[in-house]
Formats: sequence, structure tokens, C-alpha cells
Amino acid sequence: MNATSAASKPESYRMRMFSVRHARALKRIYALLECTLVQCEPLLRRIGYQRLDKPFARVESLTKGLLLDSRNCGQCIVGFTGLSCPMNCPKKMRNGPCGGVRDDGRCEVKPEMPCVWVLAWEGNQRLGEEQASMQVLQPPVDHRLPGKSAWLRELRIRVGDAGHAV
Amino acid sequence: MQFEDEPVTPGDPLPILPGHSSFGRLERVLRAGGFAVTAEIAPPDSANPADVYQRAALFDGYVDAMNATDGSGANCHMSSIGMCSLLARRGYAMVMQISARDRNRIAIQGDVLGAAAMGVASILCLTGDGVDVGDHPQAKPVFDLDSMSMLNMIRTMRDESRFLSGRELSEAPHVFLGAAANPFAPPLDYRPLRLAKKAAAGAQFVQTQYCFDIAAFQRYMTAVRDAGTHEKVFILAGVGPLASARSAEWIRANVPGVHIPDAVIARLRGARDQRREGVRLCVDLIRQLREIEGVHGVHIMAYRQERQVAEIVEESGVLGGRSPWRPAVDWADADWDQGSAAPPLRPGARQLEQAS
Repeated sequence: MNATSAASKPESYRMRMFSVRHARALKRIYALLECTLVQCEPLLRRIGYQRLDKPFARVESLTKGLLLDSRNCGQCIVGFTGLSCPMNCPKKMRNGPCGGVRDDGRCEVKPEMPCVWVLAWEGNQRLGEEQASMQVLQPPVDHRLPGKSAWLRELRIRVGDAGHAV
Repeated sequence: MQFEDEPVTPGDPLPILPGHSSFGRLERVLRAGGFAVTAEIAPPDSANPADVYQRAALFDGYVDAMNATDGSGANCHMSSIGMCSLLARRGYAMVMQISARDRNRIAIQGDVLGAAAMGVASILCLTGDGVDVGDHPQAKPVFDLDSMSMLNMIRTMRDESRFLSGRELSEAPHVFLGAAANPFAPPLDYRPLRLAKKAAAGAQFVQTQYCFDIAAFQRYMTAVRDAGTHEKVFILAGVGPLASARSAEWIRANVPGVHIPDAVIARLRGARDQRREGVRLCVDLIRQLREIEGVHGVHIMAYRQERQVAEIVEESGVLGGRSPWRPAVDWADADWDQGSAAPPLRPGARQLEQAS
């Protein structure tokens, strides 16, 4: 058993499904967090993003790992995907489900796993914005970012800091 | 269709008509309002060009373009770019399939330029099946892009003349962009929206998964029409002959994303000649699909039954008297590239070979 298959035990799917069911509440919590971060931004900048990246990434990994089975891609888009982490898709699809989803809504590659995009569709309906957010074209993954803090990156994009790219 | 401006030398591009993105015959047929027919050509497990030409000749005069598949089902075969290179030499119209499973953005963009330079006018962007279902489950699944970001990337190359990195191209690839669609996989309500998303990302035509369930396809098309997506993208419905009830059951259980209703299997099982019935069923489906508003053509996937394609097209009457392009040269006479992968022997060499 390697690390990946150990991380996707049936229990972890239960947590994913919980998060999708509570997508609304979780999104609200994140909005609060983001608000706080924006307010603290001058302080964070003074401390230095480089220095903060590791501790932030660690906190993210713990919380999002528990709730979403996050793969720490460093460019989180769960806000667009009904709180279902698309990096759990074996094909790493970030723009919607592939054509191989089984009739019971499970994954083509991992028949024991619910398709992350079937969950995303459910989550999005709970968010009441099913059409708009899943229709946004997501760019391909930047492979320099995994392991870095997605929250800090998001914050730097929000406040217009150009240094977020790497 | 033999266009008036066909090039003298097979393989030379046709002129690009105003408002068209490619020099391809498929785009011409679709934009002229014709009901297009495409078929899947199975790439050989060989390095012999004759294998490709023999397979292509089965479709001569029956299809507007043939799809060169790219490691379909995650099984290893001759590459789609290799197939297209061979087919382009004889002037065929191809749809080159590119799967995101095997190559990253650097390789794909390079292939797009190479393919367009060689005479590929249509490209189909696919995410691809997972490696687990194929003959090399040990392989690294790349999936650097997905079909959607690939569409957007190639469209940017074509329309803005630049790579994904922003670096400029001195000549853009003039390609007609396609994608796949599966109207029958969950989440069903999302599928019409996904088609709209693909159209927005750059898809100009789509080829769907096998349509065996006309009622379900009708529901899908109703939603597609309500959103007006059928006016933004040409829709080619996927069809194909089933060899027998047993093989239909096997496909249903083992090929990802294929939806076959029980009634279809029952119809095959009830027939005396199941293979014949499979062809008849395919013809019936084409006739029904043709009547659906927003369907602009059919895509025939007759895996291991490529010989039936001509008959299916003929019987369905889907071309309506139109006759697609076929090679003007009778290549069967040119035995030098029919028989083997080796170049023609020089006279002296032939004698040497006989002597040894």
C-alpha cells in the first residue's frame, strides 16, 4: 500500500461528502478568514510572505486535508467546485467531469470513490450558484506551486501584489 | 465532396475560405450546412504505412474526415500524429485526436504546430482514459492539462498567435477545434452546461459518445437547444455497430462512459444474425439522430468492424446524394509503399537480395 491509497480510505470519502453537504457554512467560514487576512495584510507583508509560507501551508494542509482531502496544490479552487477538491480526480480535471463517470456517480478509475465532480455539482447546488462558478474556465495547474500556501497566494492576488506568481 | 479548389498535389492545403479557421474539408462541409460523416480509423500496432493506407481506403468516398485516435483506451498503438502524417501525404482529411493523458503542454503545443504544418486541419482535444484501463497500467498519467484547458490553449495559439507562455508564433496553426461530449454520464443535469463550457473554451465541433439511448439524447439536446449551444458548436452524434449482444454487454461493463440500454441488447439477442442486426440498428439510429434539431452529423466508431462503415453510410442515406472526397490517384498501383515499410529497393539492391 502506498501513501496515496492509504490516504483514500473509505472514511476520508465520508469527510469529503460532509464538506460538500456543508459547502455553504464552510465557504462562509473561509470568507471570514479571508476578510481577517486582508485586514492583517500590511502586518503579514512586514513579516514577509516567504517566511510565512511554510507555517500557513502547514495549517492549510491540516485543515483542508481533514475536511477536503486536499492535495495541497497551492492554487485552491474549491470555491468554484462546491468544496470538492478536484485534485482528488485521478485525471486531475479542474474544469468539470470526464465522460467516464459511472452510472452510479462513481469514478471511472477508482470505482470505490464518488466522482469528485458529481460531488462538486451537489456542493455547488447547495451554494446556489451552480451555473456560474463551474462554468469559469480554470487555467492548467502551475506545477511550481504544490506545497505552498494557497491562502497567501489568494490574498496577494486580492491586494494586487504581483509577487504571488511563484 | 470534391471541391472546385482541390489542390493538384494531394496533401497540399485547400485555400482557407472567409470566416473559416481551417483549410479542412470537414469545416467546409459543416459550414455549408451539410450533414457531416466522420469515422474513427484504428491505428495499427505496426510501423508499416500500408496498414494505415489499407484501413483508410475502407472509408474512401464515404466520410468527410477520419479520426486518428491517440492511444484510445490507454492502449499503445501508432501515434495519431504519425497516422496523420501518412494520411496527409495522400490528401485525406483527418481529425487528429490529442489526449492530455500522455503529454504535457510543451509536447502538445509542439505537436500542434507540427501537425498543422503537415496538413492536419482538425484537432480533437481529449482528456483521455486513465492509464489503469489500458495495456500499460504502470505508466505515468501525465494530465498536465485537461480537455478544456487544451482547447483554450490551442485556440490561443490559433487566434492570438502565441504559446501558452505568451511567446509569439510567426505563423499560427489554422485548425478547426473539436472536443468530445458524453451526454449519458452523471451528473446528467450538468452535461449540457459542460458542452457550453467547451464551446466557450474554443470547441467548434463536438463528437459525442455512442448514442444508443435516443430518448436520453433527446433530453440532452433539448437542454442544449434551450441554451442556444447548438448554434455555437457543430454536434456530431456518435454511433457504431455492435457485433453481438455479448459484445454489447462486455462494452457496457468494461468501456468507460458507454451507455447501452437493455432494450438494445434485447434486440440484438433476439436476432438470428446478430452482426447484421448490429449494422441495422446502427442505420436506424443514424436515421433517428439525423431528425434531431441541432445534430449536424454523425461520427461512426466501428472498432474492428471498419468494413461495415461504407454499408452503414450507404444504407442510412445520410449523405443524401453527396459524395465525400476520395483520392484521385489509384494508389493500389503504387506498390512501393503498399507492401512494406522499407523504401523501394534500387535495382542493384534487388538483385543482391535475390542472390543472398
